[in-house]
Amino acid sequence: MRSATAPFLPMLAKQSWAEFIKLFRVPAFSTTSIVLPAMFYAFIGLGQANQLMGPPGSVTFGEYFLASMAMYGVANVMVLGFGISVANERGQKQDLLMQSTPLPPIVFFIAKTISALAIAFMALVVLSLLAYSAGGAHLTSSQWLTLFLRSMLCSIPFVGLGFGLGYIAGPNSAPAVTNLIYLPTAFASGLFFPLNLLPPFLQNIAPYLPLYRGAQLVWDSVGAPITGGSITTDWLWMGGYTIAFFVLAIWAYRRDQGRKFN
Amino acid sequence: MSAPAVQLENVSKRYGEVLAVDRITLAIETGEVVAMLGPNGAGKTTSISLMLGTRKPTSGAARLFGMDPRDLKARSRIGVMLQESGVPGMLKVEEIVGLFGSYYPAPLTVSEAVAMAGLQEKAGSLVKDLSGGQRQRLYLALAVCGNPDVLFLDEPTVGMDVEGRRLFLQQIGEFAAKGRTVVLTTHYLEEADQLARRVIVVDRGRVIADSTPAEIKSRVAGKRITFNTSRPMGPNDFAGLSVSSHQVAAGRVRLLTNEPETVLRELFRRGIEMTQLEVAGADLEEAFVAMTHHEAAT
Repeated sequence: MRSATAPFLPMLAKQSWAEFIKLFRVPAFSTTSIVLPAMFYAFIGLGQANQLMGPPGSVTFGEYFLASMAMYGVANVMVLGFGISVANERGQKQDLLMQSTPLPPIVFFIAKTISALAIAFMALVVLSLLAYSAGGAHLTSSQWLTLFLRSMLCSIPFVGLGFGLGYIAGPNSAPAVTNLIYLPTAFASGLFFPLNLLPPFLQNIAPYLPLYRGAQLVWDSVGAPITGGSITTDWLWMGGYTIAFFVLAIWAYRRDQGRKFN
Repeated sequence: MSAPAVQLENVSKRYGEVLAVDRITLAIETGEVVAMLGPNGAGKTTSISLMLGTRKPTSGAARLFGMDPRDLKARSRIGVMLQESGVPGMLKVEEIVGLFGSYYPAPLTVSEAVAMAGLQEKAGSLVKDLSGGQRQRLYLALAVCGNPDVLFLDEPTVGMDVEGRRLFLQQIGEFAAKGRTVVLTTHYLEEADQLARRVIVVDRGRVIADSTPAEIKSRVAGKRITFNTSRPMGPNDFAGLSVSSHQVAAGRVRLLTNEPETVLRELFRRGIEMTQLEVAGADLEEAFVAMTHHEAAT
């Protein structure tokens, strides 16, 4: 007697691998996702990598900017690359065939999340290698670990945002919409320039932005000073954003499916 | 007795103002090869979507193996080829066939599924590099890779050339010969005739005929009579004639029938003057469409 449905884990493993190579084989996605943060690091961070950000013994700009680009990089994968790929797949009606297969939607979503996390991890590795070898970023091993762990954790709310935007935006508008949302918030959160160089109204908005909260956690992991309260506050904000963005994603997904399949 | 493989019970589907499927009831038993035949917009694709559970009926119920079609246990026993669906272009043929196979409890091996679709030479190619016909074959491979009990094919040969269509129908025939159930939609009567032992004719959302291909063919008018007449002709002039459709436009009358001799004899007897009389074989498409509209009107 054969079982009535396929085993869950092999299905998840295959789906995750397929989602990963699908993303990885598109050069427009893989290069912008994996190389871009390192490229920004090279342009902005390397020139002044050894400058100290405070009194002797404090964090160098190379280390500080590594943390900035780590946060920028992981969220970039989720919002831009991933969100756009979801919108494209919808545009090509790939969901039509998937709907009639016995693949549980939850496997599809977990697999997509895993594949995006894998790409984000690769972006972190490339960035860290550059910062370590050329940017003089010499963190302790526990700092490296915390940096990776926090960056990856902080990317999770953006998975929800990527899904949400991918199901709201059409395939043609997705690149514009995601860029319009992501790039200004990256600036406004102080990822490219320190916040005190930004106009006051942006400084006032910043503490409410998820990238700002994520950035505090990642800056803290390399020993850079943080603003906006303790990191507990930042964790709470990130938790709240995770819930909010996943609720958005589920709403957008249901709306899209309801239109097509009712 | 086990539940029918596919069942629609008094199912209707409304899209806004349009009633795409209008109270269809039918059952397809295991091992049947059934063609749903009808002109474009007849409700074939919607019927299939209802059977698959990808669309919800407005009223009535659809069942697969006696289960809700959304039940993954039911979905694990079917394979589907849809019109206009997309597949990821950046996967290789063998990769996506293996991936789809993993969704099913007892799949074919990748090479078996690829061979069934005649895609061996393209197994290592990226999906985006396939031609239109090869892509249709890939969809077939994806539909059969789960080793399904029931295969649903929605207009599977659209866009194929003659040779491609012949090979494709042969492959479906081989699949059906193993005792599997096949449900396909088509608007080619010859395709239905070649494959199916049962033809369900759908028009304007309703089943207007459900029988063997031979029976359907005999009901489809084979000849076309056309002539000019000076006298205005109304429906009464055609009453009692064995014609399956009649049209009058600008003094020219067009009749479709299987018995042109009888019809003409009767028309002469009624004293209808004819000029430029022609009797010719109706093309199947035309005859079929005429039949569906005629039946729907009665």
